[in-house]
Order: sequence, then structure tokens, then C-alpha cells
Amino acid sequence: MANRSNEPFLWALFSGGGVAAAFLIPVLLFLYGLAFPLGWLQPPDYERTLGLVQHPLTRLVLFLLCFLSLFHWAHRFRFTLYDGLQIKHLNPAINLFCYGGAVTGTLAAAYLLWTLP
Amino acid sequence: MAETITIEVARYRPEQEAEPTLQSYEVPFNKDWVVLDALNYIKDHVDGSLSFRWSCRMGVCGSCGMTVNGEPKLTCATFLSHYHPGPIRVEPLRNFPVVRDLVIEMTDFMEKLQSVKPWIVREDDPAPAEGEFLQTPEQLDKYKQFSMCINCMICYAACPVYGLDPQFVGPAAIALAQRYNLDSRDQGKQERMDVLSQHEGIWGCTFVGECTEVCPKNVDPAGAIQQYKLAATQEWFKSFLMPWSKP
Amino acid sequence: MKPSTAYSQYHPKWHRTRVSTLWWSRKWSYLKFMLRELSSVFVAFYVVILLLQLHALGRGPEAYLEFQLWLQNPLLVVLNGIGFLFVLFHAVTWFNLTPKAMAVRLRGRRLPNVLVAAPNYAVWLAVSALIVFLLMRQG
Ligand code: SF4
Ligand code: FES
Repeated sequence: MANRSNEPFLWALFSGGGVAAAFLIPVLLFLYGLAFPLGWLQPPDYERTLGLVQHPLTRLVLFLLCFLSLFHWAHRFRFTLYDGLQIKHLNPAINLFCYGGAVTGTLAAAYLLWTLP
Repeated sequence: MAETITIEVARYRPEQEAEPTLQSYEVPFNKDWVVLDALNYIKDHVDGSLSFRWSCRMGVCGSCGMTVNGEPKLTCATFLSHYHPGPIRVEPLRNFPVVRDLVIEMTDFMEKLQSVKPWIVREDDPAPAEGEFLQTPEQLDKYKQFSMCINCMICYAACPVYGLDPQFVGPAAIALAQRYNLDSRDQGKQERMDVLSQHEGIWGCTFVGECTEVCPKNVDPAGAIQQYKLAATQEWFKSFLMPWSKP
Repeated sequence: MKPSTAYSQYHPKWHRTRVSTLWWSRKWSYLKFMLRELSSVFVAFYVVILLLQLHALGRGPEAYLEFQLWLQNPLLVVLNGIGFLFVLFHAVTWFNLTPKAMAVRLRGRRLPNVLVAAPNYAVWLAVSALIVFLLMRQG
């Protein structure tokens, strides 16, 4: 099986991210982006939020959410740039931007979740 | 005089023009007529030089695909009355080079079709005298939908990915590969996977889903491609995690 | 990209129309596809907000308060509103397309698409409710 591409791997991350984002992001974005800032609902305070996030399970879920969602974005956005703008010749730059961004974000998520007090 | 309807037909005569142009014809508006009937009326009574492909007139041969008012359609299954009072614009299928008028060049599709081996591949290949391969209705049901394809290329005309990157194997070829992969008598899965797991194979597809929308035979090529992606991914992880396991 | 060899050999004068860069604006279904793909930008956008939140959380109560105030910036609220619609669109299209990729079979018959998609929505509701409950529970 010579020169198997790594597309299946990237596609798996893309799909996993699609699932994670679909299940978790709408409600989170609604709460933190709209309901809390606009005062529709009372947000949990610092202590409670920290307590929630400190739980190992929450950390794991949040890490997976960041990791997979970013790779989901990288994959989709890469193809959108290819097809939408017809700039396939910029391939290497696009790949660097998309996957480089995803890797950076994932590392940041790992660091932040790890160093949480 | 009875009612008529205007048909604007794309003309391209390479010996006399560099770009396709539109030519309008008035044809009788007949409720029972399909677009192909109107084209045949033009060819028989008005302008014999108009070129287009057709054969069966009943949605079986797949040769009459054209762009009707911007949508890829089988012209033998598209009624004039649907577009009443007109005008109706008929152009060649998109995403293919035009040879003349409404006739497109389909060599590319034929080669792609062949590359996925849309036939039953056997390792043993027993002689016919040894009897037929048996198959239950349930086994037939698994691939039946994909076997309805008539190679009309309408899905290719609707597929932006194919339009942008002609290297992409395309909807019908992948659906037909899947048709044979799912056939209980077939053993060619691996050979097809080698072709389709390339970047120009299934991975070029971004699931626009338009191929499934336009297919006159309900083949659902988009579904076939996603199912294939899933299978290829499982395969990849298997061979990655257990390199010793034979595919 | 290797050139497609088959064509010009037989028909030196074929005509090929180029796909315009705005092809996706030509048709509602293409536009819908583009919007669906662009939803991924807002997915990434939310992850950035989440990272900022974690950052603030790690730096202590004042920083976290500052973060919460920052979220009240009207521009950000508008952006979040748009982003919410996009991720909603992502979720719905994603759930509806799963049955196409799965072809779930039960006793030799293919399950209808609605039946495969329905559990997605059930899980979605449950997960969303759980998150709201965890965040809103008093004490
Ligand atoms: S899949 Fe449908 S649209 Fe495509 S060639 Fe076959 S019959 Fe035509
Ligand atoms: S003429 Fe045969 S499919 Fe239309």
C-alpha cells in the first residue's frame, strides 16, 4: 500500500470536530456570547466556574473540544479556500495557515488546561 | 395558430465561431412534449444543423443530458409545460468541453469510470460451466440503489468540485465503485480503494451534495462518497494500528 | 496537476467554459454549501473565546471579571450573535447529513434517514440541558 495519503486521518479529525462542535458549541456560545453578557441569565461566578473547569473530566472534554474543533475548522477552511477562491496553487501556504493554526491552538489549550490552578 | 414557446439553444460551431452563441427558435407548445421533443422538432423542421445526443427517449440510455434553464436535466424527462410560458434555455452540460452545439466531450468521464473497475472482480474467476454466483435479495438490496446509474453525467455537471478540478474522479464513478464494493460476489474492493483513496479520489469531495439532488435515478452519489470515506478511514486506522493485519 | 491528456487529441477545437470564482453565488444550494463551510470559521472563533476564558480563569478573579466585561462589548455581542446562528446551522446540517454517511442497516433493511438523524437531536438536547444545568445550578 504505497503512498497512502494522510487524508483519512485528517478527515477523522474533521469529523470528530464536526460532532464535538455540533453538540457543544451552540449552547456554550449562546450562554457566554449572548445570554450572560446581555443579562438574560446570571453567569456562575469565578469560584464556581473554576471549580467546574478544574474537574479532570471537564478538562478532558474542553481539551478534546478545542483540539477537534480546530482541526475541523482547518479541514473545512482549507477546502473553502481551494474551491471558493480557486487558489489551489497557494496550497502550501494554506496548509501551513490552517493546520499550523490548529496545532498552535491545540497546544495553547493543553497548556492552559494543564496550568489551571 | 396554436400556442408556441421560445427555445434558446446554445450553438457552437467550432469552424465558424470561437465562443458559443444563443439562437432562438419558436416551437409549438405541446403539453405532452419534453425538451428533447422540441429539439427534435427544430432539427426536423427548422434547422437541420443543430447537433445533440439522444437515443432512448425514456430515461434509460443517459445520453440526452443538457442544461435546461441553468439546471442539468435529462431532456427526455423534462417537460416543456414545466417552464411555460418560457423561454427555455438549453445549453450543453456544464463542466465538460463542448464539441459542437449541445454535444459534450465525455472521454474524461469514460476513463474515470474505467479506472474504478465497475465490474465484478474475482480472484478465482471460475468458468461459467461451474455455475452462477448466488445472491440473496438482501445482498442485492445493499447495492441496488447505486446500480441504477445510467451514466448520464448530470451529477458531474452539478458538481462544483469536478468543475474546479477535472482530476476529481467524480460522483457517478465513485457511486459505481461502491456499487461493486457492496456486491457480495465481488472481490475487487482493495484494487478500487487504491484508486479512490488518492487525493483526486474520494478526498476531493467536500459534500456539496448537489449530485444527489440532481440525479434522475436517485442514485445518491454523495451518500456513496461519504460511506466510502468512512470505510477508507476505518481501513487506514486498521492498517496504522495493526500494520501486520492483511487488508 | 497533470494535464488531462484525453481531450484535445480528438477535438482540437472544443470549447471549455471556466468556472467563475463566484460559482457558489449562482444557486441557493451552492450558497448554502458555502455558508455551511464558513460556519467552521465561527467554530474556530468560539474556540479562541474559550481559550481566552481559560487564560483569564488561570490568572485570577480580577482577570476573569475583566474577561466577562470584555464579552459585553456590543461589537462582540453582535459577532457572537452571528456566530451562534452559524454554529446552529452547522449543527443542524451536520446532524442531517450523518445518515447519508452511515447507511445504518437493521435486519437487512436500511433505516430511514429520519430515524438515524433523530438520536442526534436527542443527544444534542440532553447535552445542552446538562451544560445549562451545570452552569446554572445554585450553590
Ligand atoms: S449517478 Fe445519477 S446523475 Fe450521476 S451519472 Fe449516474 S444516473 Fe446520472
Ligand atoms: S434519451 Fe435516453 S435518457 Fe434521455
